[in-house]
Amino acid sequence: MLNTLGRVVPDTVRGFISATNYQSQERILIPEKAVVDKPLFLGSIKAIFDQYHITDGMTLSFHHHLRNGDQVLNQVCREIQIRGIMNLTIAPSSIFPNNAIIAELIEAGNITNIRTNYINGPAAIPIDQGKLKGLLLMDTHGGRARAIESGDLKIDVAILACPAVDYDGNGSGTEGLSACGTLGYAQSDLRYAAKVILITDTLVNRVKQIDFDGKYVDAIVKIDSIGDPEGIVSGTTKITKDPVGLKIARDAAAFLYQAGVIKPGFSMQTGAGGTSLAVAYQVRKMMIQNQIHGSFASGGTNGYYADMLKEGWIDQIYDVQCFDLDAVKSYRDNPRHLAISASKYGNPFEKDPIVNQLSFVALGATEIDLDFNVNVTTDSLGRLIGGSGGHADTAHGAAVTIITTTLAKARLPIIKERVTAITTPGEDVDVLVTERGIAINPRRTDLIDKMKNSRLTIMTIGELMAISHQISGIPQAIKKPGKVTGLIVYRDGTILDQLYQRL
Amino acid sequence: MVRSMLFIPGNNPAMLQNADVFGADAVIIDLEDAVSIQEKDAARILVKAYLESIDHPPMKIYIRINGLDTTDYEKDLQSVVTDQIDGIVLPKAKVCDVERLLTLLYKIESETHMQKIIGIIPIVESAKSVLEIEKLAALSRIQGMLLGAEDLSADMELMRTITGTEIEYPRARMAFACKAYKIDAIDTPFTDTSDNLGLIADCQKAQNLGLNAKAAIHPNQLETIHDVFSPSLQRIEWAKRVLKAAKKADDQGLGVFSLDGKMIDKPIIERATKIMESAKKYRLLPVEHA
Amino acid sequence: MLTGIAGTLESNDAMITVTPADKLTIEVKSVVDAFYHDQIVKVIKDTLFDSKIANISVMCQDKGALDYTIRARLLTAISRMEEQNG
Repeated sequence: MLNTLGRVVPDTVRGFISATNYQSQERILIPEKAVVDKPLFLGSIKAIFDQYHITDGMTLSFHHHLRNGDQVLNQVCREIQIRGIMNLTIAPSSIFPNNAIIAELIEAGNITNIRTNYINGPAAIPIDQGKLKGLLLMDTHGGRARAIESGDLKIDVAILACPAVDYDGNGSGTEGLSACGTLGYAQSDLRYAAKVILITDTLVNRVKQIDFDGKYVDAIVKIDSIGDPEGIVSGTTKITKDPVGLKIARDAAAFLYQAGVIKPGFSMQTGAGGTSLAVAYQVRKMMIQNQIHGSFASGGTNGYYADMLKEGWIDQIYDVQCFDLDAVKSYRDNPRHLAISASKYGNPFEKDPIVNQLSFVALGATEIDLDFNVNVTTDSLGRLIGGSGGHADTAHGAAVTIITTTLAKARLPIIKERVTAITTPGEDVDVLVTERGIAINPRRTDLIDKMKNSRLTIMTIGELMAISHQISGIPQAIKKPGKVTGLIVYRDGTILDQLYQRL
Repeated sequence: MVRSMLFIPGNNPAMLQNADVFGADAVIIDLEDAVSIQEKDAARILVKAYLESIDHPPMKIYIRINGLDTTDYEKDLQSVVTDQIDGIVLPKAKVCDVERLLTLLYKIESETHMQKIIGIIPIVESAKSVLEIEKLAALSRIQGMLLGAEDLSADMELMRTITGTEIEYPRARMAFACKAYKIDAIDTPFTDTSDNLGLIADCQKAQNLGLNAKAAIHPNQLETIHDVFSPSLQRIEWAKRVLKAAKKADDQGLGVFSLDGKMIDKPIIERATKIMESAKKYRLLPVEHA
Repeated sequence: MLTGIAGTLESNDAMITVTPADKLTIEVKSVVDAFYHDQIVKVIKDTLFDSKIANISVMCQDKGALDYTIRARLLTAISRMEEQNG
């Protein structure tokens, strides 16, 4: 059947209705897991399998706070392989290039279903090839929290990497050999999985800052290393030096200023990529020039935001994950750098999630269409390259959602008639900023009105697409896809779109 | 009048296709130093194809051809002299070279029935050129002059320095000549693309001597160059007030009037008018925001 | 072997190699194959037609070059090939 965005979805599911439909729905909460008196200390990852009888068909969950340096998910996968356990569902909050071993488990049938918010790298290939026997379900960060707390995603065993753990089972993200900062994506797993295991490489008497409440922890395993610090917090992301990206960032900041978004007490989120950081830099320039202080920044944080907090340009940081060591240190040392769970961050059923308090969010896109629907899940050939992460959550919550992108990438226009896959519905996307012009969603008559005297180059998204076609030529249509390999799940559990075999 | 001229390497498609996006007031597409000898043919053909593909670019387009002492310049001119460009930037320019170029331009323009009269920007980069500055500025079709400090200091056997003492004289001489003939005085590029503070200081030195623009070798230098060479917000405010007062005085039939205790006469009103024209042209008038 | 090569493998450029042949052969390998393969072949064909050249083998390794870049690189490769001919 077709959902309200005109995308084919299975008849057996609830298709996407609207971005605000959740407001008329009740929050569903299953009971929290059993509280644990004293956690068990197990000697190895092997021991988890024996102790908790991990067998065919179970659902195992993980978080991705160790990013591309994670060793825990990989070691668990290795053990699954050795034991020949089959038909598992894995639910890591994200999958990175260093989790290539997942590809082997998919091909062999150890893993038949995957539920995640982001997937990039070799693990995506067998899925694109149609080799996953079940389905890939892709949530948003906030939506995953909803799925877990409502029982949509029932977790048998949550295997959570944790930089430092004490003898009461409390866990910390800021101490230990592989300190990674806040542990926001694991908070729902911690509370609702049937069994919770912490994997650490640093046991201490008492953690200084509790990120995982020990009462939920069934067992602890100490291994030599939970991850490679280089891959976890890879240096500090630098602002892009690309002149075109810088121009886009300048125009995005100018737009926000002229539209009255950057005013005393405003809040922001921009993500951590080179261009996003450039937007943050330009916004900060405006703040300094006009002596405007912000209330908070959220995300995905890094050293740049830690500095803004330190210098007093923003009052608080709400942090769901740390991208670099400076952010980790800031979270550890600065009392105004606060951790939030994925639920508090973006669960639509939370009373007042952080995303709803944002004045603006600046996001990227691999594709955007004439209805302002955005794709960050696949490339233009339909191959998996990412996923919503917080994209659809922040786009809905923020008062102004800005997409910054070049008009074309390696000749290929970003603006399409219809995106290959919908990650974020157009009703939540307000402004597109490219190096050749800015388009405002026609729904936002308020922004159109505010910007009517602006000297920025503002035109319709159709006109921008025409310009890109003039320059690049009109791209050929790609060949029709194969079978359905997965579903893109909106924050409220309804289905936005399907994913297809492309290789 | 311009504030910036951005060098774009002629054999680089990625830079060419973004030439109109970087925000420079003018671009200098370079067939000379940015292109190796083996690639001169490729650059020429690519630039020609690029020029044929564009329509109403937002910036002025100049081409730096190879010097008249090479075998390339004639083919360069044959390829690029079209209605698409605004002018030719001539390296190592002396009066006799410009005169020769004028003849060649005139010939191509009439043979190909062009609408435009192509301008010339000579590069002052030898001791001889410095001595000819006024004569160069007076020649027909000259739209501006560009100082080439690296080659000039090599010719003078002087070290290039951050303080720039070695080029103070040519900068000043060029500024006076350009002002006298009402053409652009374009300062030499600042070669350290990672040193923004150094760029600001260098721009200010040039501005203080009377130059009105600077060449850029990287798009990321443009923001700073425009900051320095554009009228500041204060200057614009001042100009607005002067023109408002001038209109008032005019309505009252007064020839001369005072503002802030200073006498305002015709030259000052002309300066204020020029500032407002610049401000409008470079979109600097403060935008009201919501 | 008479060959003309022009262009680079940098982003937005194309490296084109031409050699004289008995008939026209065009081979295109592009980073945007799925979207612009036919368009690139068309530009090559049109350029050869305008240059009145038919018996040539063209190999194009494309990194997202726009039409005029492909045309320019092809013309340069042909000119270099012909130069070798004396």
